[in-house]
Amino acid sequence: MELTQLTIHEALDLLSRREVSAVELTQAVLDRIVDVDNEVKAYITLSPEVALQEAGQADELRHQGTEGALLGIPLAVKDVICLAGVPTTCGSRILDSFIPPYDATAVARLRRAGAVFLGKTNTDEFAMGSSTENSAFFTTRNPWDLQRVPGGSSGGSAAAVSAGEALGALGTDTGGSVRQPASLCGIVGMKPTYGRVSRYGLVAFASSLDQIGPLAKDVKDCALLLNVIAGHDPNDSTSLDTGVPDYAKSLRPEIKGLRIGVVRECFGAGVQPGVAGAVRQALQVLAGLGAEIAEVSLPHTEYALPTYYLIAPAEASANLARYDGVKYGYSAPGAADVWEAYRRTRQHGFGAEVKRRIMLGTYALSAGYYDAYYLKAQKVRTLIKRDLDQAFEKFDVLLSPTSPTVAFKIGERTADPLQMYLSDIFTLSQNLAGICALSLPCGFADGLPVGLQISGPPLAEQVVLRVAYAYEQATEWRTKKPPLDKKEH
Amino acid sequence: MALTREEVEHVADLAKLGLTEEEVEMYREQLSAILEYAAILQRLDTEAIPPTATVLPLRNVMRADEPAASLSQEEALSNAPSAAEGYFRVKAILE
Repeated sequence: MELTQLTIHEALDLLSRREVSAVELTQAVLDRIVDVDNEVKAYITLSPEVALQEAGQADELRHQGTEGALLGIPLAVKDVICLAGVPTTCGSRILDSFIPPYDATAVARLRRAGAVFLGKTNTDEFAMGSSTENSAFFTTRNPWDLQRVPGGSSGGSAAAVSAGEALGALGTDTGGSVRQPASLCGIVGMKPTYGRVSRYGLVAFASSLDQIGPLAKDVKDCALLLNVIAGHDPNDSTSLDTGVPDYAKSLRPEIKGLRIGVVRECFGAGVQPGVAGAVRQALQVLAGLGAEIAEVSLPHTEYALPTYYLIAPAEASANLARYDGVKYGYSAPGAADVWEAYRRTRQHGFGAEVKRRIMLGTYALSAGYYDAYYLKAQKVRTLIKRDLDQAFEKFDVLLSPTSPTVAFKIGERTADPLQMYLSDIFTLSQNLAGICALSLPCGFADGLPVGLQISGPPLAEQVVLRVAYAYEQATEWRTKKPPLDKKEH
Repeated sequence: MALTREEVEHVADLAKLGLTEEEVEMYREQLSAILEYAAILQRLDTEAIPPTATVLPLRNVMRADEPAASLSQEEALSNAPSAAEGYFRVKAILE
């Protein structure tokens, strides 16, 4: 079997039986990157020598009898997450030379578990976008159709996993940025409960919404990654001090009697028929497995988009004030005074979407407008959260399509910001309410992957993973790979 | 909610973002459209609804006031566009 097609759990099995070495595995993935990344363009920075060194160390440790939950597994990291000594650009010119002197906590945990780091993946600038087209450097392509977007903002990580260019990856999710690209690229992606995974070392976009999440080839791999990155961190005062269960060990495909709520508002006019069809078929499978399925209404769903696009930019305007050319990053030369220096640095360093959101956020927070915009949005946020709290009194998990459409063409939505924002309508509420949610493949429409979204109450990752696992094991979607092949054989 | 040029320039100044004439007009149009759309929130009666600033039950997370490891001065300055004598160099703010 192609080493690059292995899941993490399959690779760990072969590694532990000494049937393959970590160096062989990492080399195979690096070779795959050389073969396909000119077309997929998932990576901004590759660190092949360091990766092979780390793989060699993993082999040595295994030889000595040391164990590690991810010992020797090659992973990719989204470029908004700090990996010490390797450029972290956030997909932006303003940080294109920034080299973090520390690891993000999630990265440090993966390192302690023995993971090998292949490099940093492409992202919409500062994680602002739904297609990875807002990267200042280049657009990543969807491995299923290179003329289409991989989704965003974790498009690079999703494309890398989908194309066999990493066995797993870290992404970040503020409004759907792990789940939506997972859906568009036909893989598994999860947004943990807010506070489940430390944000230390994650370059902040919207502090009350951001979460780091795993992207993987199957549900078990997603659980294995979550096991390692989840947990309290004294360096993040918004991280929960709750024990982390073994998400992988507790996976079992039994969901008899589990109550699943299908969100009525997620099957309306804007949803492509092929997407709705694939999700409805998934419901049949789940019913066949013994789950109790009923419709549920989340009446404030239509308000999630305007709520998010006031709160997230407001928080971003504060978080991005630090990019002033003083401590790191691009610094515009030739300014007459300090104010001109700031204006020029930020004018030339930031891309259009980032500027748009900074201004939107600044306006929503400014004197005279704060009450009508930001405060109002925070109140509607309460209503959205209450809808979900009430739904979870009657249901164990909620279901919907992850994205209203399959992957769209590159350039199709870049002319109108609002059109692009509509990609996220089903994934925003989970960030606003801080609950957990996962996307996994449930079929194809016009040959492109469709994602099923499973949402659960805070800290209910085990239930969400169990439903996902049960559905996954009863279907064959995880065996489908994008038609990307080596040019010459 | 249509923004005026002056409002866009004011917001850009608050955010310390330099903009060209064309950009002011482009953003004026785009921001107006987004804010227009966001106005649908006004349909909802939120008089008695408390705002959600954070979804966590955590408040005032503190730690003991004990020194711990931090970045060295060298590490902290390692990405500085301009540094001297252990400081970040900035433009003068006083005449």
